[in-house]
Amino acid sequence: MFKRVDAASVREDEEHVLTFEGRAISFRPGDSVAAALLAAGIADLRDSAVDGKPRAPFCMMGICFECLVQVDGKQNQQACLTQAKPGMTVRRQQGARVFG
Amino acid sequence: MNGEWEAIVIGAGPAGMAAAATLAESGARTLLIDEQAAPGGQIYRAIERNAKNVRLSTILGEDYARGAAAAARLRVSGAELRFATAAWRIDAGVEVWTKTEGHVERLRAKTLVLASGAMERPVPIPGWTLPGVMTIGALQIALKASGLAPAGRLVLAGSGPLFYLFAAQCLQAGTDGMVLLDTAAAQNRIPALRHLPSALRGYGPRYLWKGIHLMAALRRSGVAIHRNVSDIRIEGEERATAVTFVTGRHTRRIDCDIVGLHEGVIPHQQMARSLGCSHDWDAAQHCFRPRRDRWGETTVDGIFIAGDGGGIIGAQASIHDGNIAALAILNRLGRLSAEERDRRYRTEARARAAHLTVRSFLDRLYLPRDEILDPADDTVVCRCECIKAGEIREVASTGCLGPNQTKAFLRSGMGPCQGRMCGPTVSEIIARSTNQTAAQTGYYRIRSPLKPVTVGELAAQFDREQQNDR
Amino acid sequence: MSGHDLIVIGGGLVGSAIAWGARKAGADVALLDEGDIAFRAARGNFGLIWLQGKGVGVPPYMHWSLRAGKMWPTLAAKLVEATGIDIGWRQPGGLQFCFSEADLNKRREIVARTQADGGDIAIEILDRQALTGLLPELGDEVVGASFSPADAHVSPLYLLRALQQAFQEAGGLYRSSFSVDRIVPSGDSFTAFSGERSVTGKRIVLSAGLGAARLAPQVGLSMPVKPERGQIVVTERMKPFLPYATNCIRQSVEGTVLLGSSHEERGFDEGTDVATAATLCKTATRVFPRLADANVVRAWSSLRVMTPDGLPVYEESSDYPGAFAVTCHSGVTLASVHALEIGPALAAGTLPSEVSSFTSDRFNVQAS
Repeated sequence: MFKRVDAASVREDEEHVLTFEGRAISFRPGDSVAAALLAAGIADLRDSAVDGKPRAPFCMMGICFECLVQVDGKQNQQACLTQAKPGMTVRRQQGARVFG
Repeated sequence: MNGEWEAIVIGAGPAGMAAAATLAESGARTLLIDEQAAPGGQIYRAIERNAKNVRLSTILGEDYARGAAAAARLRVSGAELRFATAAWRIDAGVEVWTKTEGHVERLRAKTLVLASGAMERPVPIPGWTLPGVMTIGALQIALKASGLAPAGRLVLAGSGPLFYLFAAQCLQAGTDGMVLLDTAAAQNRIPALRHLPSALRGYGPRYLWKGIHLMAALRRSGVAIHRNVSDIRIEGEERATAVTFVTGRHTRRIDCDIVGLHEGVIPHQQMARSLGCSHDWDAAQHCFRPRRDRWGETTVDGIFIAGDGGGIIGAQASIHDGNIAALAILNRLGRLSAEERDRRYRTEARARAAHLTVRSFLDRLYLPRDEILDPADDTVVCRCECIKAGEIREVASTGCLGPNQTKAFLRSGMGPCQGRMCGPTVSEIIARSTNQTAAQTGYYRIRSPLKPVTVGELAAQFDREQQNDR
Repeated sequence: MSGHDLIVIGGGLVGSAIAWGARKAGADVALLDEGDIAFRAARGNFGLIWLQGKGVGVPPYMHWSLRAGKMWPTLAAKLVEATGIDIGWRQPGGLQFCFSEADLNKRREIVARTQADGGDIAIEILDRQALTGLLPELGDEVVGASFSPADAHVSPLYLLRALQQAFQEAGGLYRSSFSVDRIVPSGDSFTAFSGERSVTGKRIVLSAGLGAARLAPQVGLSMPVKPERGQIVVTERMKPFLPYATNCIRQSVEGTVLLGSSHEERGFDEGTDVATAATLCKTATRVFPRLADANVVRAWSSLRVMTPDGLPVYEESSDYPGAFAVTCHSGVTLASVHALEIGPALAAGTLPSEVSSFTSDRFNVQAS
């Protein structure tokens, strides 16, 4: 539900790709993981550790802790404070952290 | 470098950039840290990266573009800059514990400037935790940092300068079919008029004119605007799909894909509270703000606050605020005479004051409705722990007279955000339901770590200290 | 002068349990508590109901603690029945980890002395092999542990909430922001003042932890308590992985993992420090190396209420009969006997014989 305002002048390249739940997502240098996922139309990033309901980015500035995802095996990373990098593996955070 | 800094500045928004630059330009050994990847804070987010992006710069407008000069000044000032660095603990004295890419460090300084700015006032309404609901600040960050504009059916709900500004930016960006729900209460208008005379002084007319211009552009565009909107509820199962609201005597429903909420901004209190800085209730801005002297020094020695973190003043005034704190510090460090400090202070203070003449008018005009400040029982207040307003009222009625007891009994404020999103609302609910003032009720006790550190990172710190002891 | 049957000063774990117990026994009880920012030892409690090794060398305390342990299931059941609140009480047994043979030998000695004192509690020593059978993720440095099926844990904050709610729902009077600054005894009653406000009752119990020390002499009691700081660190919620209570790590019913606690002499300083948090985390990673990635979301401290020998005080004033002192640092473990035995006894104006040796004159003996 987002579009790039400068899509005409900025091309996406093959290098800037990460995966989300196995799906390839293009992004731009400078995108946070949260922005990359929003741009790709991903609706929600995790399930609440308390009531299991889906949650998505809310504040985009590191304050609300809603945008928690797994990045390269690390759980509960704030997607809005994590720079998207080529080859990153991102997964939903399904509720509370799993031990180990 | 090891050893002690003369000043550490936390936050690279307008106040932080100005403070660090002023300090470093006069030779003070200055370190600026920010958890973002580049300077600008939120208001000038990605300002350097966007310099060459004509399309985006046009959409964001000339006020945003002003941030480039501040960033450029910072870059040549001589201040040491560390980005992607979060401060997770601060002690008076001054000690700052930081974390960068999993690496924990302890920094020492003679003085500290906290410039962590503002955050959006929480807008607890039914459905606000659904995917697809974000703050307008968040939507604007997506625009600034990634050139993303909302597509699909966008509803913006709220009031205040940022509400109108972002709506205008979305129009510029080509967002079609946007609906604006203006929640500014009609009953605020007459009381606000009392503040209009002072708003006509200094730079007030400039700000007022910008606002009028924005609103006229919105009207001309034909975008759907509903006014005096209340009782907003967001519906949906897995994500936001519709918004209902009351305007005039009608209840309406509109379908949506994205909802942007905004009811003004408030100081981001976590760091100041964790230091034990005294706070006072500001009735005009309806928030707590740290107690500071005219130099920005808090009730804790050597700890200064500059910018919106000390009370909402806006970007331009924040620059002067940052300069003022820096002047006081430079004098304290022996790098600036008292005469020179006072001379420069007069200039900065005058400019700062000129930018503030419009504030009391705006604050009164856009004072949020009671239903936002003191939401209905079935509204989630603590998003992290899923605690509703009714539960807070219930424990308050059995003798919980403050937020810390409430936290102990309900777990509100114990989730990952550590009370940032629920603190103001919990304090308000308790105050109103126990007939206490905000000052009597108080606020959550905030403790480190202010940002998450892992068990392993702290364990590694233990190892490091063992080695140092040998 | 009419008034309440019993005034309880201090709405922490001790006072709330006593107040509820006395109310259930039919007394008209007023519970006087401070405001939102108070020392509140309850908030710092790690949440263990820890019986193995308790009171070794002091049989009355060992037996009192073991009695408390046995009564806990009753307390938990009564509280959930009265309030509907799940206080998170679980009795999975408790492990005290050992990092050396010397540590393990100390535990063996404790088992032996417990048996010698007739302590009715099962404690076994587990070697590393047995322990890894229970906890496959155990760190290499752990050589063994002592285990007792009697040990349990609970959420101290939910416990406090439930006690206060049960008390009020049973008709008890709870007054918050009522910080007592003086007690005036008169003939057959006591009046507790907070500024201009006052509450009167036939009997009075001082269970206000560190705050009670200054009030005690006003009714001929002595409560020489000192603060001992304990810091705790807590992680974000995690999916359940640790069913046992342990001496240094426990997982709450919500899934958060608590690492604790320290024992520090810092006067009334309720601050936290990185070095202590780091020590707690180091211990945690020695026990469970894979806990290293978990995020710490908060560290806090509070002040334990310590008598000179660490044992409780239960005492009636001889100068002012009807005035009682109750203090301990194990407010969680003893909550059951406080609610189910001490409270009802105080409602009748007495203390049970099991606690007759816990008077404060034992400190005078030490001093002289």
